[in-house]
Amino acid sequence: MEIGYYFALSALLFCVGLVGVLIRRNAIVLFMCIELMLNAINLTLAAAARMWGGPDGQVFVFFVIVVAAAEVVVGLALIVNLFFRRGTVDVDVPQLLRY
Amino acid sequence: MTLLLAAEGHGEAVNEVVQATTGLLGLSWLIPVVPLLGFVLVLALTKTLRERAAFVAIAAAAVSFLLSVGVAAQMLGDPATYVRPIGTFIEVGGFEVAWDLYIDQLTTVMLLVVTGVGLLVHIYSLGYMHGDVRFARFFAYLNLFLFSMLVLVLGANLVTLFVGWELVGLSSYLLIGFWFEKAEYASAAKKAFITNRVGDVSFMIGMFLAFSVFGTLDFLGIIENAETLASGTALALVLLFLGGAAAKSAQIPLYVWLPDAMAGPTPVSALIHAATMVTAGVYLTVRLSPVLVQSVTGMEVIAWIGVATVLLGALIALRQDDIKKILAYSTVSQLGYMFVGVGVGAFREGIFHLVTHAFFKGLLFLAAGSVMHAMANRTDAWGMGGLRKVMPITFWTSAIGWLAISGVPPLSGFFSKDQILTEAYMHGYFGIWLLGLLGAVLTAFYMSRWFFLIFLGKPRFGHDVHPHESPASMTAPLIVLAVLSVAGSLLNPVHHGPLYNFLAPVVGDVSAIGYEAAGPIPELGLIGAAVVAGAIGIGLAFLVYVKGDLSRGRMLEPIRGTAAEVLERKFYVDEVYSLVFVRIGGRIADAMVWFDTRIVDGVVNGAGAGSLALGRVTRRAQTGLVRGYAASFLLGALVLVGFLVFSVR
Repeated sequence: MEIGYYFALSALLFCVGLVGVLIRRNAIVLFMCIELMLNAINLTLAAAARMWGGPDGQVFVFFVIVVAAAEVVVGLALIVNLFFRRGTVDVDVPQLLRY
Repeated sequence: MTLLLAAEGHGEAVNEVVQATTGLLGLSWLIPVVPLLGFVLVLALTKTLRERAAFVAIAAAAVSFLLSVGVAAQMLGDPATYVRPIGTFIEVGGFEVAWDLYIDQLTTVMLLVVTGVGLLVHIYSLGYMHGDVRFARFFAYLNLFLFSMLVLVLGANLVTLFVGWELVGLSSYLLIGFWFEKAEYASAAKKAFITNRVGDVSFMIGMFLAFSVFGTLDFLGIIENAETLASGTALALVLLFLGGAAAKSAQIPLYVWLPDAMAGPTPVSALIHAATMVTAGVYLTVRLSPVLVQSVTGMEVIAWIGVATVLLGALIALRQDDIKKILAYSTVSQLGYMFVGVGVGAFREGIFHLVTHAFFKGLLFLAAGSVMHAMANRTDAWGMGGLRKVMPITFWTSAIGWLAISGVPPLSGFFSKDQILTEAYMHGYFGIWLLGLLGAVLTAFYMSRWFFLIFLGKPRFGHDVHPHESPASMTAPLIVLAVLSVAGSLLNPVHHGPLYNFLAPVVGDVSAIGYEAAGPIPELGLIGAAVVAGAIGIGLAFLVYVKGDLSRGRMLEPIRGTAAEVLERKFYVDEVYSLVFVRIGGRIADAMVWFDTRIVDGVVNGAGAGSLALGRVTRRAQTGLVRGYAASFLLGALVLVGFLVFSVR
């Protein structure tokens, strides 16, 4: 198959994730969208690695997965904490860092 | 003519330069240091010493005087230029200024005048300042002044001289404003200080120029290399130093502070504003006379400023009624004579007049102080009269001072003034000679007026004043100064007398200038003219103020109407100055202030305010909304991608 299809699917997935991040307010959904974007990138990396026959891309995919896992650990902790304190998972509610 | 005015001293002996660290000259550093110690001691122990402070100060002055006499004795025995090394003052790269003392014939003369008159004034103040609330502090200041003046006189380079120059200015300021409770006195002190700063700027620029030309500020270096000066540089140097000297010595156009300085206690007027500090300008110009002779034009400027000052001071003195103001304008006028002397190449005659003037003007001021003491501090000459019987000692000593300044032979003032005028004539300055002679007539007139109004006639004061002779501490200095005013003639009774020859090695050689006499009048004729001038002045004053009907009061004055008004208002010079410098200067200063506060501060504060305002606007971006940040993140990424795409293509 042409690599272009992989790239197109990847771009599509990335855009879906991006739009989700921009328009949704639920923190958990935001997380899922971010995962989506990361996976879109993973797809690109894997496809490209396969096409050029190099191991770099695949190695990088592992890195991304590890970072994403770490992010989820920290992020879920934050979300749980937020929920206990504010009773909501709406990311627009906590505005302590505004001017 | 050749009888008295022997051949001009051509090719005079030049002093040998000797490093002196032993003997009395080795101790010469004590001369200024002892009064400094006196100053510190009196100030520190004011409470403990109280009235005894005077004796500490007098003792300090006496020690300085005795040391000066010792130095003078050594100088007479073995004349030379002695340099007493003390230590380094400033050392920057190749530039070195030392605290060294420079003792030659001129210094010796100045030392004796300063410490001698200084000592007498210290003693006089014991009686005059008795009972003053700040009695001890007065003596401390007198000691400080003595120290400063001695630093000025002894300094071996222009910087040390300048240190003394500024210190005497400070002492003068402190003493003029001694009774600072009166706002008028405090402002007189400020006027003196500020007017002198104008001259100091000129002096300093002169110093910088001298350094750039000679590469040194030591008098030795300057005097030795003076002959290498280009005429333009010499003229510039002369005029710049003249600017400094004119402020200190109250010459046109910077004389205005001196009459106001009379606000200070009378001993101060005698010591600082008649005998010593005001002559510092003359001292400076004579000290630099080897530079002066390189620019005849510069010297002519000095002579003309001098003679103009003679006339201006004398004319104003004609219609002043305050006995101290008359003497103050007289001082301005007499200092003019000294500058005439310097300007026409009669440096030594100028110094001679400086010395005799210190004697008789010191005497006259102290006499005026004695009169004020008797008259409960009144100073209006029209409210006096008839003090001859009441104050015999003051009367007789004043008479000597009056005759001396009026130019009556054989008193000292006659010789010194006549010698300057003769020299002016012999050096071809006919106009200056004639104007100087006119000045002599005026001097004799106003000084006679001063004397007659105070001492002769019937008393014109009310019964509330009970004049009495002053205490011995005041009359004794009067007597000593009176004797000196007479005996001063012996210093230089003929043109090329002892003082003239004594000072020969230290002054510039004028023989290269090639002066020629202004006309055929022989010297005896010139002397006769000077005698006649004095006689005319005294005679006229006698007719008006003794023979005249004094009951008519000021109506009697020979100068009436507009002329009198102009003289009484001192040619409106103060008014012009206050218009030009105070008002217009004030406007300029106001504009400067506006520029500073609005423009300069505005730019600085504006920068601060601007960044604050910018911050106030941009902090709105910090919404705390996560998705907003994500959006701007995206936007940035898009821009970057767009940029990459376009640049790759």
